Amino acid sequence: MKKYTYTDKKDTRSGFGAGLLEAGKRNDQVVALCADLIGSLKMQDFIKEFPERFFQIGIAEANMMGIAAGLTIGGKVPFTGTFANFSTGRVYDQIRQSIAYSDKNVKICASHAGLTLGEDGATHQILEDIGLMKMLPGMTVINPCDYNQTKAATIAIAEYEGPVYLRFGRPVVPIFTDADQKFEIGKAWMVNEGKDVSIFATGHLVWEAIQAGEQLAEMGIDAEIINIHTIKPLDAKAILESVAKTGCVVTAEEHNRLGGLGDSVAQVLATNTPAPQEYVAVNDSFGESGTPEQLMEKYGLDAKHIVEAALRVIKRKG
Amino acid sequence: MTTNIDELKSVASQVRRDIVRMVHGCQSGHPGGSLGCTDFLVGLYFATMKHDPKFNMDGIGEDLFFLSNGHISPVFYSVLGHAGYFGKAELATFRKLNTRLQGHPTTHEHLPGVRIASGSLGQGLSVAIGAALAKKLNGDDSLVFTLHGDGELQEGQIWEAAMFAPHNKVDNLIATVDVNGQQIDGPTDKILGLLDLAAKWTAFGWDVLTMNGNDMTEVVSTLAEAKSRTGKGKSIVILMHTGMGYGVDFMMGSHKWHGVAPNDEQLAAALAQLEETLGDY
Repeated sequence: MKKYTYTDKKDTRSGFGAGLLEAGKRNDQVVALCADLIGSLKMQDFIKEFPERFFQIGIAEANMMGIAAGLTIGGKVPFTGTFANFSTGRVYDQIRQSIAYSDKNVKICASHAGLTLGEDGATHQILEDIGLMKMLPGMTVINPCDYNQTKAATIAIAEYEGPVYLRFGRPVVPIFTDADQKFEIGKAWMVNEGKDVSIFATGHLVWEAIQAGEQLAEMGIDAEIINIHTIKPLDAKAILESVAKTGCVVTAEEHNRLGGLGDSVAQVLATNTPAPQEYVAVNDSFGESGTPEQLMEKYGLDAKHIVEAALRVIKRKG
Repeated sequence: MTTNIDELKSVASQVRRDIVRMVHGCQSGHPGGSLGCTDFLVGLYFATMKHDPKFNMDGIGEDLFFLSNGHISPVFYSVLGHAGYFGKAELATFRKLNTRLQGHPTTHEHLPGVRIASGSLGQGLSVAIGAALAKKLNGDDSLVFTLHGDGELQEGQIWEAAMFAPHNKVDNLIATVDVNGQQIDGPTDKILGLLDLAAKWTAFGWDVLTMNGNDMTEVVSTLAEAKSRTGKGKSIVILMHTGMGYGVDFMMGSHKWHGVAPNDEQLAAALAQLEETLGDY
C-alpha cells in the first residue's frame, strides 16, 4: 500500500476560495455571485481583489442562477456560491431550463455538501445533489477530495466551456494530494494500485478509503483505490480496467446510495463487465444533527465501513 | 428600422396571420397572448431595438430581448423571421418533429435570435438582469428588454429579480408586463389577484410606465420614452395593457384562447380579419 501522509488539514471550501481567486487572476471574464454566504464559501479574497466582478444576490438563489445564466451572454464565466442544498434542490428548474438546457457556461459551486455540514441537521445536509445534477444532460459533476484538489478543480472548470456542478464541504480534512497538481476533468486518479478489490471513492471518502486500504493491507488484502473526482463524465475506462484486475468493487461516497457515484459505477459494470459491488453510502435516509465525525460513523461513511464492505465483496467473488 | 406607423401595422397584420396559421398547422400552441403582444414585438424589433439578424449569442453592442413567457413563441418566431433572423418558410415547422421552432423557445436547436430557453415561467427577468450586468462590465451601453405575462408575476422568482435590479441600479433594463388579465384557468383577478401592479413595481423601486399595447403609435412612443429614461439609476418597467387574442374578434378578451388551436373554419374566419400584407409563409 502506497503511503499517504499529511502535514496540514484544511476545508475543501477554502480550496474553492483559493481556486476562485486564482481563476479570477488568470481570466478577467470570471465573475462570482453569492446568496448571502460569502464567509461560508470563502469568497472574501476574490471579492477583495475583484470587487466589481462580484455580485451579492441576497437570499434569492433562483434569481442567482438566472443572473448567472444571463452573465454568460456577453462572455462572462460566472461562479455561483451557496450551500449544496440551495445550489441544487432549491433551484433545480432554474438550473435545468436557464443553464443546462440553455447551454450556459455557469459554474455552480456548492459548499457544505453531505452529512459533514454537521450540527445544522438534515434541512441543510443534502445527500441527493450528485444524483440531481448528473441527470441533467450536458452537466459536468465534480466532487474533489481535499483542499489542493478542490483548488485545482476550481481553476480547471474556469477553463472548461460548459455547465459544471462543483461539490465540496465544510469540515477540515487532511491535505494529501499535490499542491501543484493539474486537474483533469473526467480522468480518475489512481491512488493505489492493487489486485484484490477496487475501491472507488469520491470527496471526503477518498481519505477514508486510504485508511481502509492500510487496514486491509495489514490483513493481507491488496486494495486498488481510485479517486473518482469527476462523477460525470465518468472515467469508465479506469473503472473497467481496475475491475478486470480485481473482480469486485466497493464504492464510497457522502451521498444517498440512490443516484450517486455507486449507481454510476454499477451502470458501467452492468452494461460491460458485471461484478459484485458493495455500497458505502447513506442508506436512503435524511441526515441529522451531530458532529461530522459522529455522523460519518453513525451513517457508515468511514474507513471501518469501507473495510467491512471490502471483506463482504471479496467473499462474493466467484 | 422604421417609425412609420402604417408600415409597422402592416408587419403586425402579417405576423398575426402567421400566428394563427402556425398554431393551426400543428393544432397546438398559444394564440391568445401571441396576438395580444404582436404590436409590442413588432414595435420593439422594427422601431426600437438596435439589433443584428446575423445572430451572435453575446450580442455585444446590440440591444437584447428576452421572452420570459415563452409560451407566446408563435409571435416571437414570426417577428424573428420577418426581421431576417431565419427564412420565413421555417415558420411552417413550428412544433413539429425535428424543428428548431420548439413549442417553447430554446437555444438548444441553435435558432438565431433566441438567447435563453423559456417556458417554465418566472425566469427571464433574472436572466435579463445578468445580461444587463454583463453589458455594464463590458462597457457596452446598449439595452436589455424583456417581456412577461401578468399571470407569470405569480412566480416568486420574479419578485426576487424585481428586488435585485433597482437595488443594484440596473438601469439598462426595460421590462414589459403584458397585462391582459387572463391566464389558463381564468381571469387573473379570480385565480390569484395581482392588485395594484403599478404600486407594487413602484414599491420595489422601479420607474413605471403604462401603455396600451395594442395601439402601435403608443407602443412606439412609450418604448422611446422608456429608452430615454435608461441610464438614470433606475430599472424601468412598462405595464402594457393588451387584449388577449387582439385582432381576431372571436378570440379576444377570453382566457379560452390562451392555449387552443383554431379548427379549419375558425382559421378561415380569423384570416378574413387579418390582411395579408407581406405574403404568407
